[in-house]
Amino acid sequence: MREVAIIGVSMIKFGRYPDRDFSQLAAQAGLDALKDAGAQMKDIEALYSGNLYTTSGSGQRILQQMGQTGIPVVNVANACATGSTALREAFFAVASGAYDIVMAVGSEQMGKQGLLGSRGDPATSLEGRVGSYMMPAVFGMAGMEHAREYGTQNEHFALASVKNHWHSTMNPLAQYQKESPLDEVMNARMIAYPNTLLMCCPTGDGAAAAVVCSMEKARQFTTQPIKLAASVLTSDPFVDRGLTLPDINTLTRNAARIAYEQAGVGPEDLSQVELHDCFATAELLHYENLGLCGDGEAGKHVASGAPWIGNKIPTKYEEDVAPYADKTYQPKTKAVVNASGGLLSKGHPLGATGVANVAEIVWHLRGQAGARQVEGSKVGLAHVIGLCSACTINILTK
Amino acid sequence: MAEKAATAPETRPLVPHLTLGETRDQDYLNGSRCKSCNTLYVGPRLFCGKCSTPGQFENVRLASEGEVHVFTIIHQATPYVQAPYIAAIVDLKGGGSVNTNIVGIDPLPENVRFGMKVKMFTEKVSEDREGNSYVAYRFKPA
Repeated sequence: MREVAIIGVSMIKFGRYPDRDFSQLAAQAGLDALKDAGAQMKDIEALYSGNLYTTSGSGQRILQQMGQTGIPVVNVANACATGSTALREAFFAVASGAYDIVMAVGSEQMGKQGLLGSRGDPATSLEGRVGSYMMPAVFGMAGMEHAREYGTQNEHFALASVKNHWHSTMNPLAQYQKESPLDEVMNARMIAYPNTLLMCCPTGDGAAAAVVCSMEKARQFTTQPIKLAASVLTSDPFVDRGLTLPDINTLTRNAARIAYEQAGVGPEDLSQVELHDCFATAELLHYENLGLCGDGEAGKHVASGAPWIGNKIPTKYEEDVAPYADKTYQPKTKAVVNASGGLLSKGHPLGATGVANVAEIVWHLRGQAGARQVEGSKVGLAHVIGLCSACTINILTK
Repeated sequence: MAEKAATAPETRPLVPHLTLGETRDQDYLNGSRCKSCNTLYVGPRLFCGKCSTPGQFENVRLASEGEVHVFTIIHQATPYVQAPYIAAIVDLKGGGSVNTNIVGIDPLPENVRFGMKVKMFTEKVSEDREGNSYVAYRFKPA
């Protein structure tokens, strides 16, 4: 296996594009990534396309827009980890020596479809009759499991939203760029307890792309290639109750362990993390799953200020956070989490997410992240989890 | 299945892990136990995803009593379901965990406790265009 670099990234602003086709969104992202890399379509030897709703032919349709060069296309669908799985395929294609330079693109056009997983034949649907299988229910209960085990309060979960919404005000590409103080998050309309509307990510449209290249060849394009030091995919191992209540923890822990080993870094080395905060509850669980804090410490961790840009609670929120902070808690990691605003504000067009969060890390490592720049970022981790279940972790280094 | 369409309307379980009796008080949840590794599954199984055997399974009758493992309260429901309602994971006495609705109490967080004892019952929940009825199980505080 040879060293792999990312030499070009892009994402279009996530949001609603009712007048565009997903392939046009993706082609825009692809062409922007090529420009960022200083490469051309004719340099690209293979395309890995992640799109969840167009499972067949998504990549070919994107090439019809941005350049039908006849290269091999692999189309990927892997739940919310669709885009990051496409990126991992690109990683292996280059790491193995099969190709020198390839592209991964993730795209999705969700429209305003409402709650994910809520559709079905009204006569025979289980939804709402034999429990709930919608994403808000699953992640509500995942948070409740943490509350059951450790006494985590709803406000602790809500702080993830306060943080990420604040971060998003510094990200012009985020779908929403609106701050929300703690009382606003807590008092928003309840969706699935304990997650209120402001603790759920929006649906939307978007695309992101990355040009992946051998480290050797990368130097022809840039003096500052970003190393893709680990690219890991896991599925859910058998656990008790796992077929009834999806377990989002074990496969993330497994992926993290393998990724840290592959990259030769530990959680204490991370400057920043983009993790899968599809719901505010999920963010806290993943602090522990990724080793950013010890088991049961996630509530204290978010309230300590460590995962906020600047590694401290902004003055305007100090008073809000104080009742939920533990002054004796010493964070063992200083990774800023979801500087982009996270899925909670940046948006979550399913197939685009796993490429977009890698693009975010690349911008920080290059020092191009503008107002939200994580000071001196050297090592970043991007995490995605899709239910039924797929987890990807990419670690990038300068 | 042309011959099936011509038959009289039936009463059917909404999920395969519910076995219907002659009357609703005879309904029960079914499970299967892998004869190789002893893993208990809710509902029928052909293969064991834990020990990778093409398995021999023992059909078992699951308990009607259980405890709330975790719950949520759904306020934004799918259109044909009335909200708010309590959705929960119930651990059955003797093994097996099921997704379910908890009914018989107001859907407020203070009314549900982790580990709360609950008991199963069944009722008709829907009907399709051919007139077939569907029966689901629910839990209420024991």
